[in-house]
Amino acid sequence: MEKERHVLVVFPHPDDESFGVSGTIASHVNMGTPVTYACLTLGEMGRNMGNPPFATRETLPAIRTHELKEAVRVIGISDLRMLGYRDKTVEFEDPDKLTKQISEMIDELNPSLIISFYPGYSVHPDHEATGEAVVRAVGMLPEAKRPKLECIAFSNNTIEELGQPDIVHDISAVADTKLDAIRAHRSQTELMVAEMAVKLKEKDPQTLAWLNIERFWTYKF
Amino acid sequence: MDPVIVETVQEALDRFQNKEVYIHLETTNGAYASHKDEAFFSSGAYIRNAKVVYERAKITGNGPFRTGLKIPFGWVYAEGITHFEIDSKERLLLAGHDFQGKLAVALEISETPFE
Repeated sequence: MEKERHVLVVFPHPDDESFGVSGTIASHVNMGTPVTYACLTLGEMGRNMGNPPFATRETLPAIRTHELKEAVRVIGISDLRMLGYRDKTVEFEDPDKLTKQISEMIDELNPSLIISFYPGYSVHPDHEATGEAVVRAVGMLPEAKRPKLECIAFSNNTIEELGQPDIVHDISAVADTKLDAIRAHRSQTELMVAEMAVKLKEKDPQTLAWLNIERFWTYKF
Repeated sequence: MDPVIVETVQEALDRFQNKEVYIHLETTNGAYASHKDEAFFSSGAYIRNAKVVYERAKITGNGPFRTGLKIPFGWVYAEGITHFEIDSKERLLLAGHDFQGKLAVALEISETPFE
């Protein structure tokens, strides 16, 4: 993994930073690279309320804010910015507003690497709208001045259309940090983590790969 | 939240009768339903802070429950309600959780706007 000047991570939901990417972020942190995480929403529309329920639609944002701060602390992200959008509404907002916010962060932070979702291949409408805004903001810069843009893609047509990821990180050295980050989002991940722990104990190859290998596609303008 | 107690919920519904109230109404199957199962037709609806006055309201069924509010020119209703809470702001929160504890439907009533 190359040493970066500054890494800017842009995702819409608390926990997007923990699945599939927290090992990479933690590795950058360990190299002494400052990381800024712009998290657009508080995941207000999360569906896991527990059984019996420990959260309501109205208490969930506060719970998820707390979880987000804990995950950010675990990963070692120094700069968390909560942008105040509402879960599942990002695609309905004025796209120029979000693009401008991202452009301003790029101006301010001068990142050498941006991590976000790959538009068209990231399943959730908030993921798509976030990735689109990041692509617009980066695309507005002259080609020579653009930071690298490495994207997460996981829709079912990803490999067929984008091909294999061009960036593959083995993050097993920081796998425990990643697991702790995922665990920090307890309201969303408790059931999943319990299942995962069993599979990890059995050394299930698929679960180990899911945990230890993080994959990105460099955005092609 | 607690499993629905019909009498308690009905009393709470009656307290808001003929008052200007804010409604949160939501149905959801989750944003990943069609990703996990391409044969699944994903749908949902959401309205937050609609201001209504209702003339009658009723919770009914054998559980999961149905709740309907009769408003001057129409209706508001939700089905699949399993749990309720009257929170510290005196708001009535109704929700339907599926077998894994995931929220599938919510109907909430408050005299002040939801944040």
